[in-house]
Amino acid sequence: MDLFLNQLFNGVSLASLYLLASLGLALSFGLMRVINMAHGEMLMLGGYLAWATLLVVPGAAGILIAMPVAFVGAAAMGGVIQTVLIRRLSARPLDTLLATWGVSLVLQQAARDLFGAVGVEVRAPAWLEGSVELAGVVIPTARLFIIGVAVAVLGGLALILLKTRIGLLVRAVNQDRMMASATGIAVGRVDLAVFCLGSGVAGLAGVMLALLGPVTPSVGQAYIIPAFLVVVMGGLGSITGTTAAAVILGVFAALAQLFVDVSVSQMLLLVFVVLFIQFRPQGVVAVRTRQLDA
Amino acid sequence: MIRNKLLLLATSVAAAALSACSGEGGGGAAGSGDTVAVGVLQSLTGTMAISEITVKNAEMLAIEEINAAGGVLGKKLNAVVEDGASDPSTFAQKASKLIESDKVATVFGGWTSASRKAMLPVFERTKNLLWYPVQFEGNECSPNIMYSGAQPNQQALPALEWAAAQGYKTYFLIGSDYVYPRTANLILKKHIEKGGMQVLGESYVPLGGTDFSGVIAKLRQAKPAIVINTLNGDSNVAFFKQLAAAGLGPKVLPVMSFSIGEQEAQAMGAQLVEGSYAAWNYFQSLPGDANAKFIAAYRKKFGADAAITDPMVHGYLDVYAWKAAVEKAKSFEPDAVRKAAASLGGFPTPMGTVSFAANQSLVQKAYIGRLKADGQFEIVSDSGADIPPQPYDALAFPGKTCTL
Repeated sequence: MDLFLNQLFNGVSLASLYLLASLGLALSFGLMRVINMAHGEMLMLGGYLAWATLLVVPGAAGILIAMPVAFVGAAAMGGVIQTVLIRRLSARPLDTLLATWGVSLVLQQAARDLFGAVGVEVRAPAWLEGSVELAGVVIPTARLFIIGVAVAVLGGLALILLKTRIGLLVRAVNQDRMMASATGIAVGRVDLAVFCLGSGVAGLAGVMLALLGPVTPSVGQAYIIPAFLVVVMGGLGSITGTTAAAVILGVFAALAQLFVDVSVSQMLLLVFVVLFIQFRPQGVVAVRTRQLDA
Repeated sequence: MIRNKLLLLATSVAAAALSACSGEGGGGAAGSGDTVAVGVLQSLTGTMAISEITVKNAEMLAIEEINAAGGVLGKKLNAVVEDGASDPSTFAQKASKLIESDKVATVFGGWTSASRKAMLPVFERTKNLLWYPVQFEGNECSPNIMYSGAQPNQQALPALEWAAAQGYKTYFLIGSDYVYPRTANLILKKHIEKGGMQVLGESYVPLGGTDFSGVIAKLRQAKPAIVINTLNGDSNVAFFKQLAAAGLGPKVLPVMSFSIGEQEAQAMGAQLVEGSYAAWNYFQSLPGDANAKFIAAYRKKFGADAAITDPMVHGYLDVYAWKAAVEKAKSFEPDAVRKAAASLGGFPTPMGTVSFAANQSLVQKAYIGRLKADGQFEIVSDSGADIPPQPYDALAFPGKTCTL
């Protein structure tokens, strides 16, 4: 029973990582139908920015400063990729896929040349190092913190999308790009804002990953596949669906580990998503859009 | 049109990044002119780079020292360095490139058993010779590989004997999911059962995996006396980090690792792994002039705080063993060299005098070390005598023998 409860918590913890890693993808994919293969490298960038921030500001508050730094840094990088590459290729989805994959390789190699192939380590501050025990479940503080951050990011995104003007514009473009453009919305700027926001969230996710493992040039690669799974299963472009899918997949992977090894559980995860898509091709939440009617 | 150009640019940049991974050093045919080409094939990128780059450095150091001293049979060594990129199929591809287009006389390299298994058919087909520097699971016996790293009876079993002697009766086995951890654990399980002790659990994580929450929950449930860890590469950092966060630091739950040396401890932050155990055939803290001389030479070239590890010393001694064997055989021909190497007798190395047995594996001692806060190991146990290598464990693989 203890093991089951522990794994349930671990599932939620995994879900929070999946969610942070996939929110940005869901946003850009939902809005622009752009498959951003370089999304994993935004995680990596966030991790390295956290490491760099901690070199400048060691101590307890370092990680709190690293979060906005990573967000802004990754958002800026996302902005550059969007402006220089994706905007010019947006009419051709396959080309964006290849080009962003190229960007992913370039960024990985750049990190390798700049920081070395050996990973760097981000030490969690003392207040994130311990663990609390609750009804037989051991909860590491760092994982609790990550869940908190994921919830806060989700709440923040919901606020932006539902309550602000930019959110209104994003929803309008998401529903019907042509019509939104015809009513005078600067579609290109909405795209840019969403892409920056998504990349920023990925940068933040990178800081969270750094609390649990090493930061290496290939750190993003381990999360890009689950992130795509979450986006596909969630229903394209739906934040609610993405959240639900992240929780389902996280808990599924963790509970599967009760019976099988980690590597087998990853295989089962793929099988699960394939079966799920067979029965519900529109994903957990279907978004009404006229995007594909055009 | 502009779009086409941009795409072209993007793909060519990506292609340049890809090709930048490979092809350090030039060509040159074996034995032609006054140089002889030798291959150095380690992962310079990817999850294994943390461990393998320094093995490449040690191999290059030996090659440079040999060149500075006049080379081998009057020829200078021309090292062709290739990147295996932590990917077994890349290792196989680069091995055949080294042998067939660079015409190398021999190759030093490999780390994971998956990479060795991938290269094995290439070396057998081309009748070349691979010098493999890392401890492994045995259960293999090829005339085209010199196995200088520990066989199971030179690392895993001495570690188990030590743990049993300390009174640890219950074990939990954790490893990366590939051939070495699975085979090593198969052997360990047979010996643990034979010794009347218990295996409480066994868990595998994909190579490079970083999520250990499930493994740690199982560990907590099973409450073993000691964990035997055969994780490789970056996964170790995540494992120890999450173990510490769950309140199971090395002081609470002893961990015996087979792939963590001084270098990995330094990269992980020695604080994180302080107090955990490792079994190797060499520790940087070993006494002796030859060791001190090697450490000084390495640090002079690669940095004053560089850590020295067991696979690095094996990589280094492999180059010297090859030189000695070539000189004994008076030929660069791989078949003559491997026969000469197996009958060389003892030769001096930073880890003391060692020799190759007739089965082309190294006769060597085993040590157990405990990590200190400065990233060095305190040697807590020593096998005393040299241990002859046994590629096939008698309990796990009964009836198999290695005769070459």
